[in-house]
Amino acid sequence: MTAFAWLLIAVPAAAGLAGLLVRRRAPAVALAYAGPLAALACAVACAFANPRAAYTLADFGSIRVEAALDLSPGACAVAVATAAVSFLVQLYSSAYLRDDPRYAPFAAQVNLFCAAMLLVVAADDLVFLLIGWEVMGACSYLLIAHYAKLPQAPGAAAKAFLVTRFGDVAFVLGVMVLGAAAGTFRISGLAEVPEGAAAASMLLILFGCIGKSAQFPLQIWLPPAMAGPTPVSALIHAATMVAAGAYVLTRLLPVWPAGLLLVVAVVAAVTMTGAGLCALAARDVKGVLAWSTVSQVGFMFAAVAVAAGDAALFHLVSHAAFKGLLFLTAGVVIALAGTDGSLRATRLRPRDSRLVFWAMTIGLAAMAGLPPLGGFYSKEAVLSAAYEAGTPAGVVVFWAGVGASILTAAYAARLWLLLFWRGAGARERPAVPFAESFSLWALTIATAAVGALYYSGPFDVPALHLDLMALLLLATLGGFAVVGDSWWRDRRSGEAVPDRDPARILGRARGAFAEGLFAERLAAKAAVATAAAASAAATALDVRLVDRTAVEGSARATVVAAEETTAVHRGGLVRYLRLSAAGTLVLAVVAIGVSLWR
Amino acid sequence: MALMLVFAAALPAAGALAVWGLRRRPYAHWVGAGAAGLAFAAIALLPVGRGSGAWLAADGKLTGGWWHQLSIAWAPSLHLEFSLAVDGISWTLALLTALLGVLCCIHNAVGAEQRAADLLGADRTASGPLQGAPGTVATGGPSPAAGGAVGAPAGSAASDPLGVPAGSVETGFPSPAAAQVHGVPAGAAGDGRESPEWRSPVLTALLLAVQAASTLVFLADNLVLFFIAFEAVLLPMWAIIHRYGDPAARRRAAAKFALFTVAGSLLMATGLFVAVADTGTADLGAIILLGGVGNDVSLLVFALLAIGFAVKAPLWPLHSWLPDAHTAAPTVGSVLLAGVLLKLGTYGLIRVAGGLAPDGAADAAPVLAVLAATGIVVAGLVCLRLPEIKRLIAYSSVGHMGFVVLAFAAGTEAGVRAALFGNLAHGLVTPLLFFLAGALKARTHTGSLGALGGLRLAAPALAGLLGFAALASLGLPGLAGFWGEAFTVYAAAERGGAWLALAAAAAFGAFLAAAYLLRMLRRVSHGPVAPAAIGIGDVSAAEAAVWAPLVAGTLLLGLVPGPLLTLLAEGIL
Repeated sequence: MTAFAWLLIAVPAAAGLAGLLVRRRAPAVALAYAGPLAALACAVACAFANPRAAYTLADFGSIRVEAALDLSPGACAVAVATAAVSFLVQLYSSAYLRDDPRYAPFAAQVNLFCAAMLLVVAADDLVFLLIGWEVMGACSYLLIAHYAKLPQAPGAAAKAFLVTRFGDVAFVLGVMVLGAAAGTFRISGLAEVPEGAAAASMLLILFGCIGKSAQFPLQIWLPPAMAGPTPVSALIHAATMVAAGAYVLTRLLPVWPAGLLLVVAVVAAVTMTGAGLCALAARDVKGVLAWSTVSQVGFMFAAVAVAAGDAALFHLVSHAAFKGLLFLTAGVVIALAGTDGSLRATRLRPRDSRLVFWAMTIGLAAMAGLPPLGGFYSKEAVLSAAYEAGTPAGVVVFWAGVGASILTAAYAARLWLLLFWRGAGARERPAVPFAESFSLWALTIATAAVGALYYSGPFDVPALHLDLMALLLLATLGGFAVVGDSWWRDRRSGEAVPDRDPARILGRARGAFAEGLFAERLAAKAAVATAAAASAAATALDVRLVDRTAVEGSARATVVAAEETTAVHRGGLVRYLRLSAAGTLVLAVVAIGVSLWR
Repeated sequence: MALMLVFAAALPAAGALAVWGLRRRPYAHWVGAGAAGLAFAAIALLPVGRGSGAWLAADGKLTGGWWHQLSIAWAPSLHLEFSLAVDGISWTLALLTALLGVLCCIHNAVGAEQRAADLLGADRTASGPLQGAPGTVATGGPSPAAGGAVGAPAGSAASDPLGVPAGSVETGFPSPAAAQVHGVPAGAAGDGRESPEWRSPVLTALLLAVQAASTLVFLADNLVLFFIAFEAVLLPMWAIIHRYGDPAARRRAAAKFALFTVAGSLLMATGLFVAVADTGTADLGAIILLGGVGNDVSLLVFALLAIGFAVKAPLWPLHSWLPDAHTAAPTVGSVLLAGVLLKLGTYGLIRVAGGLAPDGAADAAPVLAVLAATGIVVAGLVCLRLPEIKRLIAYSSVGHMGFVVLAFAAGTEAGVRAALFGNLAHGLVTPLLFFLAGALKARTHTGSLGALGGLRLAAPALAGLLGFAALASLGLPGLAGFWGEAFTVYAAAERGGAWLALAAAAAFGAFLAAAYLLRMLRRVSHGPVAPAAIGIGDVSAAEAAVWAPLVAGTLLLGLVPGPLLTLLAEGIL
């Protein structure tokens, strides 16, 4: 059975590498489907056997890197979600990018991305995991920069890679400190690490995961990453890169010193609520969804903060289903409406496409946490775990989670109302291609059904509390009520209101939240200024001091010394005569003096 | 097999002489490529019949752990012996040297043919009407179509091993045009001064000389021989930069390179002779087995040697010759500088300095480590604002070599292996970057980042390869650069205490590498197509063939680092 574990990663990776060499479209499409489909089959097979495998990849003497896989039931569930979403994204994008000449490299990069995520999911060795971790970052760079003619794409791509790589500075350092303290990189062998080393390395690793998962304060890369094609957003947000940070934290839960989980709780609480507010104010469809991802991954971090790894994974899987659905539907919505995706212009009527309407409705309802959809169960599991934890971290994330649930309901309702209930522009509606509608159908069913994992699944999650369910429903309805109230008041007041946007409830702060509290712009400015100053200083040190002064200065000094020495020899005959006469005189005086003194 | 050791160094030397002798012949390039190829084969054969790595062979002979050994007395009174030996560490470096030598020779040969074909085409269209010789027009036909068609056979004629004399009648070429074609190698020296892309056979001969001397450095088992070979590398390299470099900067850069390295070598020679005087032998392997020089001179020997090798490596702040030399050198010169010459420095530092004076190395390690970490960060920061692509790659080498020195200075088992691994990985990745930068400059006639752009639209395959090389250079896991750099961080973290700060500096250096390489990609590959990049050709089959081994090696070392690490672990240190 270990063969399936290896094929799980090898097949999409090979399909991706082969796809980079392919030029024509037909083989590219075949490879695009084959990679994730084979991975899906392998993941399902692994779910039955839970194989483990290891062999030495690199022997550094005092420590070894092992190509070790450990497909525990939880990992298998995440792997299935990853492979399934990747396959549907490939299916969708073969239609979405039907006229794109660069489809072949795109599909290949998606396959590599999928392989990298599966490696992260399956790896049992931190350095082995790091391969998938960073290859994923590189693939995100390539995929976000897909549109060669979009002016903001290269910048957004570089930002995504650099911000996550900045987190990786800490991640690598943490992994190495942990490895040096434990004598191994195997996750299953990390149980006994000295407290100090564990605390330091886990804080460092947490910073890396914050970068990957776009949590506060490194959330700045995710909103601009929308410059990539919509299927890429679906892939990054749903089951891969953004979820990877939370996933790795769940794997490393046994190493965490219990007192430090409060740090995770604070990060999660700030992110959940802050990103929720930003989503409520966002100005375009994909922006709302991007901020909602940040907020939902915050829920996963919240589960980690109360040491409920399985609850985090459950939310990861259900989030993969509904977020994949929402992004893919958003792509269709934007195409149908023929806009750039800004909420001001994008509007449809429910009857324009029944499929799109219901897909969006079910996706948003799942995100808001309406029973019996998957999102309800997973969010409930996270909050139950926080409720039962009885630690300071639990208290923080519980109340932040309730607040974030209200916000989730509010921004989901706002998006739904703005998209479907404002009448429609008079534009031809192209038909939805079969490949795209198939993906939507599949994800809609998955979103509705994923809650079943609660009753029989690989996750060990707390039982449902009736009072918590009531609280969560109340919070959700509260969110709906706030938005609905704003919406209906506008409608009653007649046609005069030009901007019927429930985001008005945020008041003056709305503009700031729509810009993500300017964090992105501030960070960009600060980074550019710091880099410019540091680089100028380094250049001054290196060029002026080291090169011009020390190195070339010593050369100049040698030349000057040579010239001075030469000058002594340039006296002419008379001078030499004088010198030799004087010398003779001195010598004679000395000789006489010495002989007399004796 | 021991004879292969001699072949490894002698074949390129003989090839250099042969190419020099045949420099007026059109096939001279291919003779050089053949010699380099044979040397590569000789080195590739060395692992056959290697020992078990034990110090004592089965027949009771002391092998010192070498795979093969060969020793011929030369000048015993000077402790000079022609003794060669090979183990896992020197074999991999010698193999890398030979590989790069072959690739550079083929690059030259292909480039020269390309140019001959271009010249012929240009001559026939331009000179036909100008000279107006009736015979010319009648036989050849100056139409562009005919010019293009004739270009190909002329190219193959130029490489004809029979050396058909200029203006051969049987091909029916008119003599003026044909004489121009075959006249190019004859006027190589004059031509070389004018255009840096032009590759004369003399350049190939110099490359082979560098290859021969470098191989000898890696294989030398005698300290005096090591020193001679080390110095012998310098002259041909100086000539390559001085004669075939960028006309604006080459003299200054060559002089700086030569003076800097000679100064370093003198200190190194002093250190070597102190070591010889202290131990009474110049046998490198024997001194290493004895545990190095005595305690009282250990630090002195290490300091002298380390300064000498640090110039070559280069270690900050002794690096300032490198950006100038790299920027001014022709493409093949940069490739050899990065892939081979820098390796001489690190090899010397790790095996010779570290082997002769292990105690001194341990004492001096903090100083080396701090300088290396400073170099990593400073080079990364300087790269953030460099305006020229070759200079940027050159400076990035300072950072990469900083990782190697830092890992060596950490001195742990993992650190030394990481240093050796990173050393080799840099020898694959940076030459690839230089090849690509050279191809880019040859096409666009500029290396300025401000004047480039839109490469992924203009030449997607070239942009893709550049992206691959950049990712490898920034240490993406799964490619060759990762293992050396990540385990440099590990080795420093393993030491604990203040070394953790150095580990953090190294990790941050890897982030800076990502920042400056992405900046380069953004300027070169993305955005609208710059005027300089309009209509440039994509990767040709010959170029792809030259670069393919480097790409494959980068992937292979990245995905399967185990075998190489095992080889390096068996080495004698």
